Amino acid sequence: MNIFYAVLTLGALGAVFSLVLAIASKVFEVKTDARLAVILDCLPGANCGGCGYPGCAGCAAAIVAGEAPVNACPSCPGDQTSRIAAVMGVEVASVERRVAFVRCAGGNRAGHKFDKYVGIEDCVAAMKVAGNGTLDCAFGCLGRGTCVTACKFDAIHINERGVAEVDREKCTCCMQCAAVCPKKVIVSMPYAVDIVLPCANKETGKEAKGHCAISCIGCKLCEKNCPSGAITVKKNVAVIDYDKCTSCGTCVTKCPRKLIVDIHANGKVAPVVHEQ
Amino acid sequence: MQWTTLFDIALGAILVNNFILAQFLGICPFMGVSKKMDTAVGMGFAVIFVMGLASALCYPVNLLLDSLGLSYMRTVAFILVIAALVQFVEMFLKKSMPALYEALGVYLPLITTNCAVLGVVLLNVQNSHNFIESVVYGITGGAGFLLAIVLFASIRERLEFAAPPKAFRGFPIALITAGLMALCFMGFQGLQIPW
Repeated sequence: MNIFYAVLTLGALGAVFSLVLAIASKVFEVKTDARLAVILDCLPGANCGGCGYPGCAGCAAAIVAGEAPVNACPSCPGDQTSRIAAVMGVEVASVERRVAFVRCAGGNRAGHKFDKYVGIEDCVAAMKVAGNGTLDCAFGCLGRGTCVTACKFDAIHINERGVAEVDREKCTCCMQCAAVCPKKVIVSMPYAVDIVLPCANKETGKEAKGHCAISCIGCKLCEKNCPSGAITVKKNVAVIDYDKCTSCGTCVTKCPRKLIVDIHANGKVAPVVHEQ
Repeated sequence: MQWTTLFDIALGAILVNNFILAQFLGICPFMGVSKKMDTAVGMGFAVIFVMGLASALCYPVNLLLDSLGLSYMRTVAFILVIAALVQFVEMFLKKSMPALYEALGVYLPLITTNCAVLGVVLLNVQNSHNFIESVVYGITGGAGFLLAIVLFASIRERLEFAAPPKAFRGFPIALITAGLMALCFMGFQGLQIPW
């Protein structure tokens, strides 16, 4: 008899709760957009955060809500972006591919405060131990690989000179590397460029020269000689405007520091500087 | 005096018998979502919320079971109540308080199977708390969870920079850290208010 009561009571409890839940699911129904699942399916699912939303689900929700453009995901391949555009019923203008870029080519050519750094192999830690980093230059890449571990696409590595270097083919421009970089030396730039200027040193010419063998000294030779007016020196460092740059290569030949390089000329960012 | 009893219960739930560090309940969210401070805080508040509600709801259910002489079915019934409650709360929040729902996010459904929530309602029965005491025990138990997970998350964020031997990296060192924290909380054992 006892077991009968037990079954009956728990059965009744279960029935009551399921009834309440069934009613609640009707009463508190929130319509979710059918497009959400399709868009989520198109996104890479790496939850890299490059779009600025919390994960791919957040990005999909923003696209459906119309807050984000259909090409909000920087890591999405083109055909998936056009699928998203089709779902949303809009045309997608062909999106310019962008990649991350490290604004430093110093590494072993920059001055170091210590002969040997023996701390934790992490840029954030290196910043703390040595006070604003182990380099004489306050702006350069520390080369301890915090960005390398942050990259989900194996697209950034410390090169033989001890500077982080982006693999432009693998990079999806999710900018996770830029987010973790304590020096904030990583920026995004268009994929289809030839001329790069890997320096972020804002010090005056003399200081910049003393701190690094390949720093921008803000001499303005590139700015003066650029036929399309694409280079401007702001705060002692030259910056290329890629909307105007025609890849003519004048600045490459004019730069007295051999800092500005044509990456498609020898396939490498910044050649080894010739010792004078 | 009612207030001193409540204070005693709160003190016990937060420090002396901290759910995680003294009773070892709810270890899985404690380890799982303590990597970052903001997720840890979100989880902590979700636990406070659900523990308080579960304590309140399980009190009448327990009375019902007792009156029918089915006290031995408590565990099963409480699991049912908690699962249904979390489902209901999730639906309710999604509709009427989307902001809170977004804030609690994935943690709310995670709590459904959290042993700390089942623990708090079973302990309420074991310690024969009345309704108000049950709710206070639930909320302060959740506050104890929040305290523990926030302390732990802040340690783990710094642990990222440490260089332990390879075999200890990740979870092993986190478990050792949790063990040391539990050892620290042993210091609260025997703490009593004198009246």
